[in-house]
Amino acid sequence: MKRKKRIQRVVLYVSLILLTFIFLFPLVWMLVSSLKDEFQIFRDMKSLKAFLPPAPGEVEEGYFHNYIAAFQRVDLMKYILNSLIYTTGIIVFGLIVNSMAGYALARFRFPLAGFWLGVIIATLIIPPESIFLPLYVLVYDLGWVNTYTGLIVPFIANAFAIFLFRQFFLDFPKELEEAAKIDGCSQIGIFFRIIVPLSKPVFATVAIVLFINHWNDFLWPLVVASDESMRTIQIGLQYFMNEPPIKWGQVMAALTIATVPMLLIFVFLQRYYVQGLTHTGSKN
Amino acid sequence: MKGNSSSAKQLTDRDQYKAPSKPSIKKVPPKRKKRRKSQAFQEAVTGYFFLAPALILLGVFLLYPMGAAFYYSFTDFYILKPDDISFIGVENFSYIWQDAQFRQAFWNTVYFSVIVVPVQLAVALGLALLINKKLKFRVLFRTAFFSPVVMSLVVVSILWTFMYNPNEGLINQLLGIIGISPQPFLTSPDQAMNSIIVMSVWQGAGFQMMIFLAGLQNIPNHLYEAADIDGASNWQKFLHVTLPGLKNIALFIFITISIAAFKLLVQPMIMTQGGPLGSTNSLVYHIYETGFNYRDVGYASAMAVVFTLIVLTITIIQRMLIREERG
Repeated sequence: MKRKKRIQRVVLYVSLILLTFIFLFPLVWMLVSSLKDEFQIFRDMKSLKAFLPPAPGEVEEGYFHNYIAAFQRVDLMKYILNSLIYTTGIIVFGLIVNSMAGYALARFRFPLAGFWLGVIIATLIIPPESIFLPLYVLVYDLGWVNTYTGLIVPFIANAFAIFLFRQFFLDFPKELEEAAKIDGCSQIGIFFRIIVPLSKPVFATVAIVLFINHWNDFLWPLVVASDESMRTIQIGLQYFMNEPPIKWGQVMAALTIATVPMLLIFVFLQRYYVQGLTHTGSKN
Repeated sequence: MKGNSSSAKQLTDRDQYKAPSKPSIKKVPPKRKKRRKSQAFQEAVTGYFFLAPALILLGVFLLYPMGAAFYYSFTDFYILKPDDISFIGVENFSYIWQDAQFRQAFWNTVYFSVIVVPVQLAVALGLALLINKKLKFRVLFRTAFFSPVVMSLVVVSILWTFMYNPNEGLINQLLGIIGISPQPFLTSPDQAMNSIIVMSVWQGAGFQMMIFLAGLQNIPNHLYEAADIDGASNWQKFLHVTLPGLKNIALFIFITISIAAFKLLVQPMIMTQGGPLGSTNSLVYHIYETGFNYRDVGYASAMAVVFTLIVLTITIIQRMLIREERG
């Protein structure tokens, strides 16, 4: 019996390690290869050295030569900046607009409140992929093609974020607001001075969900930011894949650069991130 | 009348006692109709003030394009000639059924979804069950399985295109080590879609694993203890405690993966451009190509309408199934 248990344990750990390899090897290969030169990449791929970083001093041009070359070849800095403007814009305006809407639906009684809630939830079903053409035509007519406005404004209002905020505010104790009202605070004052500072967790969760969604966005930036100077990082990456000479080391460096912000978020804000995930899972 | 005014007096007295300058809104007894009405009006104004920005934005940038897509689908709208739109009835829709590319894209998308959905669900559940135990390095394993989620679909697609490279790619090199001959992967019509499927499951499963883990932690421990007392085997516990406890979450994940799978776009666009021989062309990619590369907005909109209807149907059928299961 004891022996059987021990064998089970060994099988469990061996399969876990095997699975870890399957899930990690592309990532490790990407990181490690971004430090090597082309010759080393192809030579090491023939053995498990593919997953080991180059020995110190082995890379003549220095560890980060691929990164330096990638930044020199295209204006990666500009792409990263564009991505940051795009995501920050959506987060800042999105948090204000969606939290206000969620608050209205959670607290106020007004005609058609239920109807609007229904409409907002129903829009969740519309696949964004099915409206991007007419949306492009609209943004084109507004003269917003290749502008930050065109990138940001269509995605400020977000039905899912409104829904998350509403759920949070429904559980928010009413007593504080009533006390503030008695003290003569206006509704807007109550919201921005009392509710918002006390709702940091939900704001953080929504901000992170928005960041992840839009940092990784592909289709909308591709069609609206067609100009080179407006490209986001996800679009800019394709240059390294399609424009000869194709240097594998530079590709891996560029991919790593595009992943770093997400990695940082995941490492430092994991708590909120997982909260956002489980929210998605349980509240629907 | 008399009763009314006396209660008003009571109210002002009470309010003055609490807050001399401004009476509380909530403390007004229902008898005072006039005041209540103006307050209801005020509340409605405030409510709409808070809600309006979101409503307007959703209306302009979501509902209006939805309607526009529907309208365009009955026209010959061509991006280069925006002023020359004419109504052509259902011509776009009847053309869809003759469009061999659409049919191929449709069946490719169905194939992708039918395989990815159950496989990804099973992998995610399996991973969650494996690490929902007292383990050494549990956090390490969890992080490893989740790590592909941290990369964007674009990054993953580019990375795997290089890994799938038939001559120098990492996967063929690894297969060589264990004695398997090189495979063509993305360059073969038979293997391209399956290669994309493997990559997609690898990228997505960790995300659903996290949701499953949260679900597993919500199953009360006393249920397992009760099963232990009844002498249930591990398999019986899984079947009668774990699975029922995860049912709602599994159904939710089932719906989200199905819809996401039907929206397949980035992988074929970056990895294969729909090829070889159209074997990885997907519905959304076909719509994109028609609308942006061939500029045929009318026809692309008709396909978008059909696509929306398909997604809606999937959602509604699955919702109905859930309701039946619950009821």
